[in-house]
Amino acid sequence: MVPLQARCWSYVIVSYAVFDEKKKTLFGQLKKYPEKLVIHCKDLRVFHFCLRYTKEEEVKRIVSGIIHHTQAPKLLKRLFLFSYATAARNSPATDPKKHAVMFDTLQDWCRELERTKGNMKYKAVSVNEGYKVCERLPAYFVVPAPLLEEDIEFFQGRGIPIWCWSCHNGCALLKMSALPKEQDDSMSQIQKNFSDRIYRTVHRPPYETAKTEDLSSNFLSLQEIQMAYSKFKQLFLIDNSTEFWDTDIKWFSLLESSSWLDIIRRCLKKAVEIIECLEAQNMNVLLLEDNASDLCCLVSSLAQVMMDPHCRTVFGFQSLVQKEWVMGGHCFLDRCNHLRQSDKEEVPVFLLFLDCVWQLVHQHPPAFEFTETYLTVLSDSLYIPIFSTFFFNSPHQKDMNVGKESQDSQSRPLNLLTVWDWSVQFEPKAQTLLTNPLYVEKPKLEKVQRKGTHFKHQRQLSLPLTQSKSSPKRGFFREETDHLIKNLLGKRISKLINSSEELQDGFREFYDGWHSRPPSYQGLLLPHLEGPEIKVWAQRYLRWIPEAQILGGGGVATMSKLLEMMEEVQRLQEKIEARHHSQEALQAEAASPLRTSGRLSSLFPFALLQRHSSKPVLPTSGWKALGDEDDLAKREDEFVDLGDV
Amino acid sequence: MSLLRGLLGMELIGMWEKLFLDCQERFALLDSALILDVPLGVISRIEKMGGATSRGENSYGLDITCKDLRNLRFALKQEGHSRRDMFEILTRYAFPLAHSLPIFAFLNEEKFNVDGWTVYNPVEEYRRQGLPNHHWRITFINKCYKLCDTYPALLVVPYRASDEDLRRVATFRSRNRIPVLSWIHPENKTVIVRCSQPLVGMSGKRNKEDERYLDVIRETNRQVNKLTIYDARPNVNAVANKATGGGYESDDVYHNAELFFLDIHNIHVMRESLKKVKDIVYPNVEESHWLSSLESTHWLEHIKLVLTGAIQVADRVSSGKSSVVVHCSDGWDRTAQLTSLAMLMLDSFYRSIEGFEILVQKEWISFGHKFASRIGHGDKNHADADRSPIFLQFIDCVWQMSKQFPTAFEFNERFLITILDHLYSCRFGTFLYNCESAREKQKVTERTVSLWSLINSNKDKFKNPFYTKEINRVLYPVASMRHLELWVNYYIRWNPRIKQQQPNPVEQRYMELLALRDEYIKRLDELQLANSAKLSDPSASPSSPSQMMPHVQTHF
Repeated sequence: MVPLQARCWSYVIVSYAVFDEKKKTLFGQLKKYPEKLVIHCKDLRVFHFCLRYTKEEEVKRIVSGIIHHTQAPKLLKRLFLFSYATAARNSPATDPKKHAVMFDTLQDWCRELERTKGNMKYKAVSVNEGYKVCERLPAYFVVPAPLLEEDIEFFQGRGIPIWCWSCHNGCALLKMSALPKEQDDSMSQIQKNFSDRIYRTVHRPPYETAKTEDLSSNFLSLQEIQMAYSKFKQLFLIDNSTEFWDTDIKWFSLLESSSWLDIIRRCLKKAVEIIECLEAQNMNVLLLEDNASDLCCLVSSLAQVMMDPHCRTVFGFQSLVQKEWVMGGHCFLDRCNHLRQSDKEEVPVFLLFLDCVWQLVHQHPPAFEFTETYLTVLSDSLYIPIFSTFFFNSPHQKDMNVGKESQDSQSRPLNLLTVWDWSVQFEPKAQTLLTNPLYVEKPKLEKVQRKGTHFKHQRQLSLPLTQSKSSPKRGFFREETDHLIKNLLGKRISKLINSSEELQDGFREFYDGWHSRPPSYQGLLLPHLEGPEIKVWAQRYLRWIPEAQILGGGGVATMSKLLEMMEEVQRLQEKIEARHHSQEALQAEAASPLRTSGRLSSLFPFALLQRHSSKPVLPTSGWKALGDEDDLAKREDEFVDLGDV
Repeated sequence: MSLLRGLLGMELIGMWEKLFLDCQERFALLDSALILDVPLGVISRIEKMGGATSRGENSYGLDITCKDLRNLRFALKQEGHSRRDMFEILTRYAFPLAHSLPIFAFLNEEKFNVDGWTVYNPVEEYRRQGLPNHHWRITFINKCYKLCDTYPALLVVPYRASDEDLRRVATFRSRNRIPVLSWIHPENKTVIVRCSQPLVGMSGKRNKEDERYLDVIRETNRQVNKLTIYDARPNVNAVANKATGGGYESDDVYHNAELFFLDIHNIHVMRESLKKVKDIVYPNVEESHWLSSLESTHWLEHIKLVLTGAIQVADRVSSGKSSVVVHCSDGWDRTAQLTSLAMLMLDSFYRSIEGFEILVQKEWISFGHKFASRIGHGDKNHADADRSPIFLQFIDCVWQMSKQFPTAFEFNERFLITILDHLYSCRFGTFLYNCESAREKQKVTERTVSLWSLINSNKDKFKNPFYTKEINRVLYPVASMRHLELWVNYYIRWNPRIKQQQPNPVEQRYMELLALRDEYIKRLDELQLANSAKLSDPSASPSSPSQMMPHVQTHF
């Protein structure tokens, strides 16, 4: 349903022109006209177009069109998003609130506080209404209850802890953007005093001691992520079969040298470390980053996915992305480089998050209401310019651009669509592929319990209560304040409160402890981090490569059997009920999308070409030298002289 | 209580328990709840570590290396000299051959309600394939293992080749392993034939009968005018074999044949590769360098080559419509891998539990894969160059296939792991000895129990619930590193760091649904029964509207 044209252009990463079998990046004016065009897309599809039989005029038109659409920098207002919204002004839009909590009202935040039982210690504020204080932050957000509104305004929202989520034990996950670096001594003294004051307000009981995680200096850098992904994606942009098999023997080392999987492991590990602090040590965790809008979003939402089963439902997950990413001010416009203004800013942080979530989905399928297909189409939707969700750098930018438009002669506001309404993209049949038939729902029992107890947001604790550990021997003020302030003032010093060794032990114990118990899908969920456990998200990355398809195989094969059985059971159930009412069973049955006559590809529902032939795919490259084993290789299996047999 | 339980027959088990009970206080290392179930057959090497003067907590004791990649270390206290006794007793029973003791399978008196030895009957299996026919005959020429001592008694050969021809061909094939039929395509009648290398030697010897024999094989199938020969070895190795009298079929002598090399390495390369696998998963599993360490073992690369070779064989027979001859040097390692995997791809019968047992029994056991030498049953010479994980590699390939096609196999992962466990355990006679003639001499089928007795008497445990029988479906796995995986549940199962996979949730849910379905069907039947009882009862109210409607039978 999405206009093809719109989909295509925003997908193109790079196009190559081929001259005499040589590939050249298409750029600027062409002196010679190519015989072939190769287009690489952001969803890792590769298209080949033969231009040998095309008139030169046509080629010229095509090439300049491609260059124009894929390379020239754009103005925000010229995005297809706006022309689409203008055109669709009159079509009815569904209420976005049906699909996710949008977090664009004070009530949304209040409800989230209530849901997580954070409302005792934290309050939603409207000090930024109309973006009076700062354009980076959303109009409404949550801060510790005793915090003064003036303080929020003092450094335009910098240097104050902003609430993300509260744990069942009352500990909270907070984030903070760093104060600007100041050379001036008097200014930095003011900053120091400010930070001191903030911490004194916050770290008075009932607040738990806080541990600061400085994500700007002790964790991943955006450059690392960018580099890793640009190497990683190259592994899947394969032009032909020969290239596929040539790279096959070196596959594992190629994968490793991209570091993408290792980065995923580091992100997951960081989230587990934070969870260990919250759960086992009963400490608040304060994430610190320059703008608190990249790695903060990633780590905080990962931790929530692991700790809060609500975030593993479709509605909860979509709300989480709204809360942490869209309202959290993740610069989607720049990070996706929608305007092609700066390649330096293009970093796939959100994709990295989705890949981390995929690892969890893959390792614990019954814990999620959505499927890997959901994550794959969500990652594709990042580039579909009819949804406004991922096309702005901040809620402020969105409001400004929609607002200005509405001041024009047309009175009706722009009809910007949210990506969360999947019915815009997919018909109902296809939408069933997004929900997971294995999902183990929260037991209904809890509702009853809720009434009796105070814990509305009760979660099964999968760990023995380690409360005894929580008595912090170190006071916050004496040691940590200075430490923190140094951080805030720009001197990046190691941030851990505990010595790293102590942390490692605690982490190991926590991690091993969790994994030694059977997983509780409605409780805390931790990933496996060992080498063989972090895998390539095959559905997303291999889906357009015909050589990688297993016809009639893969997880799809078992999943479709499962769905068939579910249908059958349901039919029987209906029959029994019908019998009870002495009627004949209704014969109407909705065909499941997986239930097709032919064999499905392992990459269903994405496989580009159905390989109808039963010919096997055969590797074309040979064996590579064994190196140090050459001696052995030359030996006979068993040395026997057969000369005179 | 720590307990190293050896499978040694009743009275011996008693003795073992005593021995280890005596020692229990000295197992300082072991958790009190830990029970180690180690069949003595799996032990590859026992070493004493540390001496009387060793200091440090776990520096003195016994180190046991197992054939299934497990390493056990027992820390003992130095006092009392108990280690020497333990070492001696363990050595004696773990390596009975060196002490003129019988292998445990001969002492094992287990009884099962199914006799696994009857699973494989060659005549029946060939009859299933439609043999004999007018091109192929069954011969008993090897009844007393005179033609070839490592082949089975019953062979299938071209109808037009006389017994005399067979004898002449045998002189030209390494260890007399002549080309014989393994499998015939039910429709196009192309065949897979296996043998050993021809004895060409440095001088380029020829044998008219061998040349004619291969031509006769070619002529059994008239769809293509060439016979395809797959030499499993790398080209250089095949050439090098000429120096020791072996070689390959050159096309200037065998005019009507095309020869391809499949580049699969020899048993020594495979053994070293598996050793490297062990190094990267014990004692610690690599984290950030996992992928490059995995690549450096080459294990999956070897798997890829074996699978690729088998795919080529299967494709040649199925779509190329050409008969295929497969050999390596002696035709009992790589050849067995290739023919059995190709048959598994081509013939859905072998993907059932019983079919797979027959496949193993036929292509591996009866055709003389040297299990005794490759595994070293009861033998203490752990560094023997004859040992090699060829059969394990085959099972790994099967696992890779079952992973790629999770609905195509009747058996589950546990079935494959159980086979591998008893490959070493010596509890069953199935994998003992190198060839059929040796097994017959030792009366293995009379004196031991078959592994298939254990499996077939408890089949449900080994069944894959997703199995969908698809006759005539050719199964081509994708032999790409993008899909091949290290078999974590087998190779890393002893590492406490790697948690054993929880029962597969898809499978679990499916089983629940199956149970639910059966229950509903039962309920529905009962309802129907009650209903029809009501119908046949004349006293039932005749005006009931349900009776006015035609009765619809529900079929299941």
